[in-house]
Amino acid sequence: MTAIGKAFDRMDGVIKTTGAAKFSGDQLYPGLAHAALTHASIARGRIVEINTTDATKVPGVLAVITHHNAPKMKLPTSRLGPAVTGGSVRCLNTDEVHWDGQPVALVVADTQEAARAAAARVHVAYEQLPSTVEFVAADATPQKSSMVQSGSARKGDAVAALASAPVSVDREYSTPPQNHNAIEPHTTTALWDGDRLTVHDSTQNIDGVRTTLSSAFGVALDNIHVRAEHVGGGFGGKFQVWPGTLLAVLAARVTGRPVRLMLSREAVYRTVGGRTPSVQRVAIGADHDGRMTSLIHTSATRLGRTGGSPEAVTVQSGHLYDAQNILLQQNVVELDLVANTAMRAPGEAIGTFALESTVDELAHELGMDPIELRMRNEPTRDPIGDKPFTRRNLRAAYELGAKEFGWEQRTPQPRSMRDGQWLVGWGVATAFHPPVHLVANATLRFSADGTALLRCAFHEMGMGAATAQAQITADALGIPFEAVRVEYGDSRLPVGPMAGGSNQTATVAGAVTAAAAKLRRALGGEVSVAALARKGKSHVEVSVGFGRMGNQVRLVSKFLRDKRNWVRATTGAQFCEVRVDADTGEIRVSRWVGAFDCGTVINPKTAASQLRGGIVLGIGTALSEETLVDPRTGRIMNPGLAEYHLPVHADVPRIDVHWLDEPDPTMPAGVLGVGEVGVTGAAAAVANAIFHATGKRVRDLPITLDKVV
Amino acid sequence: MLVNGEPVVLDVPPQVSLLDGLRDRLGLTGPKKGCDQGACGACTVLADGERIVSCLALAVQYDGREITTVEGVANLPGGAELQREFIKRDGFQCGFCTSGQICSALGMLAERESAPTREEIREGMSGNLCRCGAYNGIVDAIEGVAR
Repeated sequence: MTAIGKAFDRMDGVIKTTGAAKFSGDQLYPGLAHAALTHASIARGRIVEINTTDATKVPGVLAVITHHNAPKMKLPTSRLGPAVTGGSVRCLNTDEVHWDGQPVALVVADTQEAARAAAARVHVAYEQLPSTVEFVAADATPQKSSMVQSGSARKGDAVAALASAPVSVDREYSTPPQNHNAIEPHTTTALWDGDRLTVHDSTQNIDGVRTTLSSAFGVALDNIHVRAEHVGGGFGGKFQVWPGTLLAVLAARVTGRPVRLMLSREAVYRTVGGRTPSVQRVAIGADHDGRMTSLIHTSATRLGRTGGSPEAVTVQSGHLYDAQNILLQQNVVELDLVANTAMRAPGEAIGTFALESTVDELAHELGMDPIELRMRNEPTRDPIGDKPFTRRNLRAAYELGAKEFGWEQRTPQPRSMRDGQWLVGWGVATAFHPPVHLVANATLRFSADGTALLRCAFHEMGMGAATAQAQITADALGIPFEAVRVEYGDSRLPVGPMAGGSNQTATVAGAVTAAAAKLRRALGGEVSVAALARKGKSHVEVSVGFGRMGNQVRLVSKFLRDKRNWVRATTGAQFCEVRVDADTGEIRVSRWVGAFDCGTVINPKTAASQLRGGIVLGIGTALSEETLVDPRTGRIMNPGLAEYHLPVHADVPRIDVHWLDEPDPTMPAGVLGVGEVGVTGAAAAVANAIFHATGKRVRDLPITLDKVV
Repeated sequence: MLVNGEPVVLDVPPQVSLLDGLRDRLGLTGPKKGCDQGACGACTVLADGERIVSCLALAVQYDGREITTVEGVANLPGGAELQREFIKRDGFQCGFCTSGQICSALGMLAERESAPTREEIREGMSGNLCRCGAYNGIVDAIEGVAR
């Protein structure tokens, strides 16, 4: 092995630094028309009148499409249908309104300016129906368990054990709704040629887009070409097929023109789901030595009434501490809001905030170092399921992180590390994320010039996926990295996995490894130009994977095997230093060390960026990010980047990331995904550092300065 | 208007932004539209060497001016070097904010008499958002060129 583990530059470096990379909104077809949306201004009800006269009069308008004149689209009806389309509302095929922001009209025009102007001139009258839009945790009811997620879990009697514990903490935490805010707004460029459709879409799920469009427009899969070579960030927000994609294709169908629908930033907030808010209770009972006797974690989150999947907020709490008794319970409430959806580490990103804050509170209560407390409760087998871990070396990650951070210099008392005007605090928290493992098809070709070509419709939205797969391919074939070419992001290639759940690197690596073995056999045991010459061929190509059904069967059997046999997760230790102004409460994250047990690292450069990126989102989660929903109307009140505060350059210090680089024995190439684990534990590390700096425990995110002064 | 050193004629109605003019009329899709309200910086270009958010600029206001987009920065002093540094230091992930980061960095460096500190780079670049969180690499890249 020579390429794996090396810090190669990204293969798409030149095109992305020169402006040459074409994203889905950069396709300039002759005759390109532009679309814009009109949004519902009520949370629930019915459209009684929709007047498009003014809109139609705007010069340059080609069509104004409403539920009166829109062709019927047939959404997938399978049980997983709404999971792929974000929600079950048939936008523009119904007079029903199910959330404030639902698209009720679609305008197509020669220019963006005309489309936008006309969309504002569609007048809609509604009959309002009663709606529930305010998130109240008390309204939540127990979440039903499904094949992919348990709503509850228990070991022993945690309630009784808590009551009799010598030391206990019992706290409530809350986290706000968030939005992904990929800098690229969801954009679709669609072009019909008779019954053949080409779609450039900003998606993390090429195959999901293709199958959904096939159903919606009654066109054979083979007639639909979905392209997504470059996606401008996703974070979960581009996993589903939200209304914008369908409506862009509809607009192109109706007008016969190539159409681009680039959602305005406001439209992204109003038509694409975000992260649910949560209210969580974590209670831990322990003996005086810190051995946990009881761990209770309950959560309330919301779903849209017409779609959304519950967040596994309590999942890490069954796997992180060797508590004698455990009780986990997730509760959900359905509201008349846009369906929620997965956002980077759904569940664990906010679940670890509550759990890891509580562990810190317990450490303070016990007068014990918070790392020592964690290590006293570090399990050797999975606590809730009594199964082995595929690998677990969190202890070593803590040792590495503590050394790099200089943790031993910490004085335990809050407010004890002042630096002039600044109250300095050091906090720590555990990161935890269970990566998904899916299936992929691929072809691999070896040619007489010594080069290889990997083809697989995986996604590149910043992970450095193509570069990592080229490294894996190079080693699998025993050829130089530079000799590998990779094609991705196109539905004409063999079907790849969706990009989510930190699965993609490992999943595609599995296909690459299998293909390389097959290629080796085809060449008589040796991949070389000489072997190819002996066969008298200019190239040899192999393919791996099965058809659609075969892949489903493979996926389900793999999932069940994993679930039965072991617990697999990426873990890590997050160390954070904050500085809090003693008078104003201004909070600055000034230093960060993350140490992760994340399997084999294929490319240290891109893996570090993935981990840092997660931590940056964690800093935003801790300190500034919050989607504000009007509790009376269900309208999002801050649908823009000026009012929803992402971390900026000035908010992000030097982030040092480290890893153990020990392979996971159950994963292809030993890879555990690193896309999501970085955000987990990060908000708790900040909150714990703020407590150490100020003596104030803030349990409600984001931790703005008014909460610490 | 002079765009990336080439004289161009852009005949657009007065409400068309410089960004839309560059992207849709001139086919220069390097500058990106992330928010269309001056909040994200993905549309940053240089106007006579000064960085501006082109989504908040009307194309007609730039009649006769010299515009440089990411497609043309390689010809500016330090431009090609900065592009190389972005690759070397992994100053991007998805690449969508990158055009704006690069133009903004060149504009920021031109605003200054001396090389900025890391802190000053972070402050001076805070109008350019990166949701992937590539901030460390971006600052490294700029620092590499500023020295």
